[in-house]
Amino acid sequence: MTDLTGLTIAEARDGLNSKEFSSTELTEAHITAMEDAKGLNAFITETQDIARNAAMASDGRRAKDGPLSAMDGIPIGIKDLFCTKEVQTTAGSHILEGFIPPYESTVSGNLLDAGAVMLGKTNLDEFAMGSANITSYYGNVINPWKADDGKDLVPGGSSGGSAAAVAAGIAMGATGTDTGGSIRQPASFCGIVGLKPTYGRCSRWGVVAFASSLDQAGPMTRSVRDAAIMLGSMAGHDAKDSTSAPVETPDFEKALDGDVRGLKIGIPKEYRLDGMPDEIEKLWQQGIAWLKDAGADIIDVSLPHTEYALPTYYIIAPAEASANLARYDGVRYGLRVPGDSLDDMYANTRAEGFGAEVKRRILIGTYVLSAGFYDAYYRKAQRVRKQIADDFTSVYQKVDALLTPTAPSAAFAIGEKMDDPVAMYLNDVFTVPASLAGLPGISIPAGLSSSGLPLGLQLLGRPFDEETVLKAAGVLEGAAAFDARPGEGG
Amino acid sequence: MSLDKETVKNIAYLARIKVPETDLEPLAGELSAILDWVEQLDKVDTEGVEPLSSVVDVTLPQRVDEVTDGECQDKVLSNARDPEDGFYTVPKVVE
Repeated sequence: MTDLTGLTIAEARDGLNSKEFSSTELTEAHITAMEDAKGLNAFITETQDIARNAAMASDGRRAKDGPLSAMDGIPIGIKDLFCTKEVQTTAGSHILEGFIPPYESTVSGNLLDAGAVMLGKTNLDEFAMGSANITSYYGNVINPWKADDGKDLVPGGSSGGSAAAVAAGIAMGATGTDTGGSIRQPASFCGIVGLKPTYGRCSRWGVVAFASSLDQAGPMTRSVRDAAIMLGSMAGHDAKDSTSAPVETPDFEKALDGDVRGLKIGIPKEYRLDGMPDEIEKLWQQGIAWLKDAGADIIDVSLPHTEYALPTYYIIAPAEASANLARYDGVRYGLRVPGDSLDDMYANTRAEGFGAEVKRRILIGTYVLSAGFYDAYYRKAQRVRKQIADDFTSVYQKVDALLTPTAPSAAFAIGEKMDDPVAMYLNDVFTVPASLAGLPGISIPAGLSSSGLPLGLQLLGRPFDEETVLKAAGVLEGAAAFDARPGEGG
Repeated sequence: MSLDKETVKNIAYLARIKVPETDLEPLAGELSAILDWVEQLDKVDTEGVEPLSSVVDVTLPQRVDEVTDGECQDKVLSNARDPEDGFYTVPKVVE
C-alpha cells in the first residue's frame, strides 16, 4: 500500500473514493505517525479515540450514502485556539489548563460536519502571541526540518504545532489562525502551504480571541489544492459572529485552472528590506520569473506606508488583546489562584496564569488605551492603519494580486531572538500589512535556503478574492515543484 | 517614552496582574523599548485621516429580539471553580 501519510488531501479523497483504502486505515497511519513524532511536541491534546470513531463513522457513511464532502474521512489537526466540545482547549496558556468547552467553534464544527477526522489539538504560542512557538505553556514545538548542524529549529508561530504536524506527515491538514502572520510565517518555516482568508470569510465564533479586528482562521496543508478544499469546508457566513461576511462560499478548487495569462501581479518595492538575505531576494526574483513565464504581467507598485505596519500592529493587537484577555480572572473558568480579596484573586490568578510575552502585551495594551495616552498611541495607530489599507486599495486598481516573500529569513534555532521582543516581532514584517487591511494571503513553499531549509513566497489578493490568490499560488507551486521533505519525524 | 517603576506598577494594577517589586525595573525597561519603537509612527502625517477600527465595512446586522438559547446552567458552570447552588463563587466582597 502507498505511504498514506505522504498523500495530499486531494489524493486521499481519490483513494477513499476508489476504495483503495479506508478512512480507518488512513487515520491509523496518522495516529502511528503522531505517536512516532511525539518529540516534535506538535500536539497539546491527542484525541485518538475521537479520531478512530470519526473514521469508522466516515467509512460507514461512505459505504451507505457516499461522502459528505471532500474532507470526509480526512485526518486533521485543530489548533488549540478553537474551542472543541468536550475536548480540552488551552490556547497554549496555563490559565486555561483543564478548560473543557461545552460548545464547538463554528469553524471546527464546520470541518467535523464535513466529515473531517480530528487527531488532536495542536500546540501554539500562548494566546497565539508569538512567531516561534516558544511561548506555549505546554513547551516548544520543534520544526521537523533540521539545521545543518543538527540544532533544533523553531517552526514559526503562532500556529507552529499545526505547521509542524502537517510538514511531518502527522496530519493531512490543520487549522491555523492568523492575526499578524500566524498561518503564513510558520507555513514558510515548515515548507507547507498556509492560507489566511479575507477577514470575515471564516467565523471567529468559538475561537479564543486575541485581537478581534485581525484574527482570522485558515487552512494549513501540503498543497494549494488542499488549501482550497479545506477552506471550502471551513468558510461560510455565521450569524453568531457579527463580523462574519454574508457572502457565498465559492468552489475554491475550481479556481485552480492554471491560467494566469494576463493576470496583473504587483511587486511592492517597499518589501525589499535593507539587510534582507540575498537568498530571499533571489527566491522572490525567481517567483516573478515563474509567473512571467506563465503569462502574467509583472508590474512594480508602491505601498508607501509598509514600514509603519509593524509598529501599528504592535499598538492595535496588544490593545485589543488587553481587552479580550480581561475575561481570564479566575471566576468563571480556568485557573484560580486564591487571594485575600477579589482584586487580589484576579491579580494572583493572572500573574500565575499568563506567561511573560502575554503579560508584556497586556501591559502595553493597557497603557496605550489608558487615559491621556489613547489619542497619542491607539488613535494614531488606527489612523496609520487606514493609510495602510488605503495603500492596498489604490494598488488593487492597477493589479490583481501582489507577490512578496513570506518571511525575512528561514527558520532559526530555538533560543535565538529571544532576548529582544522587537527582533522577534520583525519576523512578521511581510505578513502584518495584509492583516491590518484584512486581505487574503497565502504562503507557498518555493525553494530552499543555503542551509537546506524551506523558504516561502507570499501572494496577497483583493478582499474576498481568494480565488485569484489560489489560482496564482497553484501556478507558482507547479513551477517551483517543491518536493523536499523534512528528514526527522516525517 | 520611558516608563518609570511607578507607572509600570500602575499599569499592572489596571491590568490586574501582580508584579513583584523586583520585576518592576526590568519590566519598565522592556516596555519602554517597545514604546520607543512604536513611536516611529509620530513620523507619519495622519492629519485628517479617519481612524480605521474595522476592515468590515458594514453596519452590524440585527436580529429579532428573542431568546434563542438558555436552560443550560450546568454547562455554564461546568468549568467554574467551587460553584455553589448554581452560582459562581468569589472571595467575600462585602463585610
